Amino acid sequence: MKTVGVLAFQGSVIEHKKKINEAGADAREVRHPEDLNAIDAIILPGGESTCITRMLNEFQLMEPLAQKIQQGLPVWGTCAGAILLSRNVDGQPNPLPLGIVDIDIERNSYGSQLDSFQYQTPVSFLDNRQVNLIFIRAPRIHSVHTCENLLNIEWKQQQEIVAVKQNNIFITTFHPELDSGCTFHRYFIDNYIKTP
Amino acid sequence: MENREQLNRNLAQMLKGGVIMDVVNAEQAKIAEDAGAVAVMALERVPADIRKQGGVARMSDPSLIIEIKEAVSIPVMAKARIGHFVEAQILEALKIDYIDESEVLTPADEKHHINKKVFSIPFVCGATNLAEALRRIAEGAAMIRTKGEAGTGNVVEAVRHMRAIREGIKTISGMEPQEIMVWAKENGAPYELTCEVAKNGKLPVVNFSAGGIATPADAALMMQLGAEGVFVGSGIFKSENPQKTGEAIVKATSDYKNPQVLAEVSRNLGNAMSGLEIAQIPEDQKLAKRGW
Repeated sequence: MKTVGVLAFQGSVIEHKKKINEAGADAREVRHPEDLNAIDAIILPGGESTCITRMLNEFQLMEPLAQKIQQGLPVWGTCAGAILLSRNVDGQPNPLPLGIVDIDIERNSYGSQLDSFQYQTPVSFLDNRQVNLIFIRAPRIHSVHTCENLLNIEWKQQQEIVAVKQNNIFITTFHPELDSGCTFHRYFIDNYIKTP
Repeated sequence: MENREQLNRNLAQMLKGGVIMDVVNAEQAKIAEDAGAVAVMALERVPADIRKQGGVARMSDPSLIIEIKEAVSIPVMAKARIGHFVEAQILEALKIDYIDESEVLTPADEKHHINKKVFSIPFVCGATNLAEALRRIAEGAAMIRTKGEAGTGNVVEAVRHMRAIREGIKTISGMEPQEIMVWAKENGAPYELTCEVAKNGKLPVVNFSAGGIATPADAALMMQLGAEGVFVGSGIFKSENPQKTGEAIVKATSDYKNPQVLAEVSRNLGNAMSGLEIAQIPEDQKLAKRGW
């Protein structure tokens, strides 16, 4: 069985673990460098990116995680997780070694909690299934350079990029772990983890 | 469930495993954010000072809240008095992220809490037991925190309230519907929500702990008792070394089951805030008794 890790410092950890199990894989919490050896992929969950960044450094996990990802460990960043993985954050180069996805992202770009929203749309890479996307104080992807733009929505008369893929890395600015169903988790497990 | 209510409960889910810190100015807010806080509570005086200075404690000056909001990227919360729905309207207009309808401020209404359902902004409310938590959720609270006894640096009341909620859930979990009705009647709990908790074995919203947490060990204690995160009021900026204490409490809350980590972060923090014995507080000055 495939094992998917969830970076477990803070945020929607339990929600992701439940979805991983629903999608038929094992879930494992990741806090320490040795936890990385037992997983086939990792999810960086929603939460507060400043707090999670601090914990990655405190627990000496930043470098080993970045190394694993560069070596091909499949990774999925949702919301805060997406910020950690972006090359440019708020107009500045991301100082973290994790910042390798070729996009410009802006934190809390839609506003305060009053601007959090849901959006229903069919998703082409999920066989056009209709899904509910949940954005909580979400970051906004301003531009996509060399990576693949997977999903656009139109929100308040603007085109928004909300999911991208770069080789082994999947990024969503919304939270599939908060909605019913596990189609996104199944997609990630089936398409990013290579079976030996 | 309505969209907005769901989204507001969702934001609390994003704060889980984290520490929400009381701050009284932009400088403290920056320190809190750098220490790893998942949100800050903007207020004019921390509970320890409110307790000491007395007088009517009200919603903070909007200019202070805005200043703090502009200083950080993490969510900003602020307190409204129990029942003071106009203070809540003002806080909503300021576009902060969460309102705490708080017993730390002087209640504006002895009988009624705010009808939170008519607001778009989320509310967190204090509770001392399961029935009280369910009353607040029925009024529209999107998050609960145990009240504890704010400004004391004494964790004993926070423990009491967290245990009371756990015990309440355990009591109703095995009940038949007609027994749940009796429990709901006797405890003044909304019946439908009581049934939901009896079925799921947990509250329908995130539950943090608050009121008296002063050390990393206190925070980990509350987490091991089932809190999903902690509020630290006076415990950080009334300690000898706020930055270091803040960082230590954040780390302890995140890896709360790991005694090695707890031992490491508890070292050399300097003096924690000085604490208060609960028995020495006159009954009419106990904050947890405010609200019902």
